[in-house]
Amino acid sequence: MLELIEGHYAYFFLMLLFMIGIYAMMMKRNLMKKIMGMSMIQSATIMVWIVSAYKDGGTIPVMDPNISLDNPDLYLNPLPHTLMLTAIVVAVVTLGVSFALAVSVYRNYNTLDENELLDRTKEQ
Amino acid sequence: MTGQTHSPIIEVAGRGLAPIIQLIGIYVFFHGHYGPGGGFQGGVLLAAGVLLLRMTVGAENSQAHVAAKRTLTNCAIGAVIFVGTGIVAILGGGYFLDYAHLPVQWLEPAYMRYYGILFVELGITLGVMTGLITIYDDILEVDYA
Amino acid sequence: MYTVADLPARGDLNAPAQQITNAAGTPVAGAYYIQNAYKDAKTPNMVCVVLADYRSTDTMGELIVVFAGAIGCFFVLRRKRS
Repeated sequence: MLELIEGHYAYFFLMLLFMIGIYAMMMKRNLMKKIMGMSMIQSATIMVWIVSAYKDGGTIPVMDPNISLDNPDLYLNPLPHTLMLTAIVVAVVTLGVSFALAVSVYRNYNTLDENELLDRTKEQ
Repeated sequence: MTGQTHSPIIEVAGRGLAPIIQLIGIYVFFHGHYGPGGGFQGGVLLAAGVLLLRMTVGAENSQAHVAAKRTLTNCAIGAVIFVGTGIVAILGGGYFLDYAHLPVQWLEPAYMRYYGILFVELGITLGVMTGLITIYDDILEVDYA
Repeated sequence: MYTVADLPARGDLNAPAQQITNAAGTPVAGAYYIQNAYKDAKTPNMVCVVLADYRSTDTMGELIVVFAGAIGCFFVLRRKRS
């Protein structure tokens, strides 16, 4: 049991972060809080990939002339780092677009609350 | 939000810090071959310097630094640099984005890949930097005069 | 929680993603990149090589996503000049 916790504590905490994000996206009424929940889900996913790239005793994936390239156990896995590098920028851009949509909604209806927004769209 | 700040301390600090942040951005972009860094990180740092100036000295005064009407064009230019490198590789006889077939005669294929990566990262830096500035300007309604 | 507990532990050298060849005998991507990145592109930073050379089409799609986001914001929030 102790070994399970020692090896997997990062995954457990990131699962918790993911669940908090899903809760914020589903239950909160404010559109800004929903966007915050989306950002938390993206962060949790990115960090799960980064944790999965870790190796015991490995160094960063930049070639060091003193360390042999033939033994892959001495370097961290570069593939998850690369994929998450693109995913971070895409996350920033989706955050920007969702902020733009929220600003547009606020300009047209003067509210960010979900129920009021439904009422005001029905009135028109 | 788009106006000038009223605190002189924030304004002077922003003016002093923004060029340093952009210098670090350029360093991170060019150091990407030898250490942690690269196109995305350098582009985001350059955009952070511009946005700091936008927030401290005001959007109208910082137009001389980076004009809001040119950012979307520059974003398109960044994408065109990226795709153009790939198309030049096709014209040289290889696959799309295969840098070993760039039409440079006096270099080995491995070093041609080195410079091909540099060109591609230049496109990424320009595109990411101006794309983020465009999103900020649109949200805060900086004028497109 | 059950799913998470079945993942390989953090830093495990015997995880399937960190091997040189997988169960079917073909090379695994991560180890291949570590062994061949400097040979192919003379660039010490492996992340840079994987980003801009081996998986450059992925990066091109990502740059197009950034451009599309910028254009989307431009058209959602643009107002007529007064």
